[in-house]
Amino acid sequence: MDRAAIDTRIRSILEPFNKKEVAVTDATTFAGDLEFDSLTVMDFVAAIEDEFDIIISMNQQAEIETYGQLVDAVTKMAAE
Amino acid sequence: MSEGVMQADKPQVLDGEGTDLFSKFDDTIAMRANLLASGVEDPFSLVMEKVLSPTRAVCNGRDTILLGTYNYMGMTFDPEVIESGIQALRDFGTGTTGSRVLNGTYQGHKECEDALREFYGMDHAMVFSTGYQANLGIISTIAGKGDYVVLDIDSHASIWDGCAMGNAEIVPFKHNDITAMEKRLKRIPEGAGKLVVLEGVYSMLGDVAPLKEMVKIAKENGAMVLVDEAHSMGFIGENGRGVVEDAGVMDDVDLIIGTFSKSVGTVGGFCVSNHPKFEIMRLMCRPYVFTASLPPSVVATAATSIRKLMGAADKRANLWQSSRRLHGGLQDLGFTLGTDIPQSAIVAVIMPDLEKGAAMWSALLSEGLYVNLARPPATPANMTLLRCSLCAEHTAEEVETILGMFERAGKAVGII
Repeated sequence: MDRAAIDTRIRSILEPFNKKEVAVTDATTFAGDLEFDSLTVMDFVAAIEDEFDIIISMNQQAEIETYGQLVDAVTKMAAE
Repeated sequence: MSEGVMQADKPQVLDGEGTDLFSKFDDTIAMRANLLASGVEDPFSLVMEKVLSPTRAVCNGRDTILLGTYNYMGMTFDPEVIESGIQALRDFGTGTTGSRVLNGTYQGHKECEDALREFYGMDHAMVFSTGYQANLGIISTIAGKGDYVVLDIDSHASIWDGCAMGNAEIVPFKHNDITAMEKRLKRIPEGAGKLVVLEGVYSMLGDVAPLKEMVKIAKENGAMVLVDEAHSMGFIGENGRGVVEDAGVMDDVDLIIGTFSKSVGTVGGFCVSNHPKFEIMRLMCRPYVFTASLPPSVVATAATSIRKLMGAADKRANLWQSSRRLHGGLQDLGFTLGTDIPQSAIVAVIMPDLEKGAAMWSALLSEGLYVNLARPPATPANMTLLRCSLCAEHTAEEVETILGMFERAGKAVGII
């Protein structure tokens, strides 16, 4: 699966969590722009993990601040 | 939960520069100042001037029923327990001034570990200076770089801190969700070490984990299992061994963590296990090695209390009766509770928000009742809770008195 396809799938998972309908680019931050709190992060991460059958540990989550970084990380994990 | 301080901090701007390392606390300082400005008594700086019994104290000058301690089995004033402490204080002095692995292991520490092994029917027991250190030490020591810790999202701070202190990959799952746990276990790379961390009773809502199913799945997936039984020791399970006993999974759990600061009635923590290599923990576990051991009087009271808890069937029965009555009574009054049925000695009353919660807490204290006010981030789903924890020494009449206090306070604050 290429990056564009993964981007599309993550975008649709993100939609219900994007309550303020922020325009999402690779530079959009989860904590700042999307105002995700820790509970939202858990539900959102769980949805992505289930979609791609991967684990994004909290250690890895700490490295992911923007939407683009998430797509990159999932692309890499899904390829492994 | 936050420790109380006597006065609310006031945000202060230093001359010459606007911020320093304390600036990151400004939001919390402002929230606290706002709460106190509303006129409620400070929920986090209560002082008990006199303790009259396990269920009564003089708090801020008032005779108060205690419904927010973890003194589940009411052992703090047991005459035999007190006597053993006094004897140890006389015979062994006030403190050990040393680590367990150097000069800090006295006869009393061994006897306390013997009592724990007997209580749980397990081969090994290790006593720590606090329950917090038991979780911190065991988790950070056994789960290292490249290993995976799979844990419930509502785990206690000591579990999270143990995870942070080790270098393992940390994988949380939704509270008490068996499927979510299983999915994550199955995705862990082959060959990696796996530790599943669960609690018997989760202390915020007082709900119990589905240990029978969860432990089975963890073992099927090759994980070791650690269960924290801090809030169940003494009164859940036929012999008071906790939810692991009640669920029939004592033999499948690798490590049980517990504390002396709840049912046992003093302070300290422990880990019991049947693992053949368990004793090496005494040398590898830094929060065990690099701290002073418990004072002789503390381990003596703990050992006496643990032995008495083995035969405390009457106390267990009384505690459960009180829990059922309080839970049902509060439900009938129209309060929203954390669990549909009473699952433990904790009955959590859900408040609409922090302001109403603090007002209700304050109103109950004026009535002469102490409960715990719990607020985010200690609580799940950002809830504000009034947590009631029962004691085996609460009488049936006291429980009725408590319900009357809740009714009056709830109506005054406009919650029911």
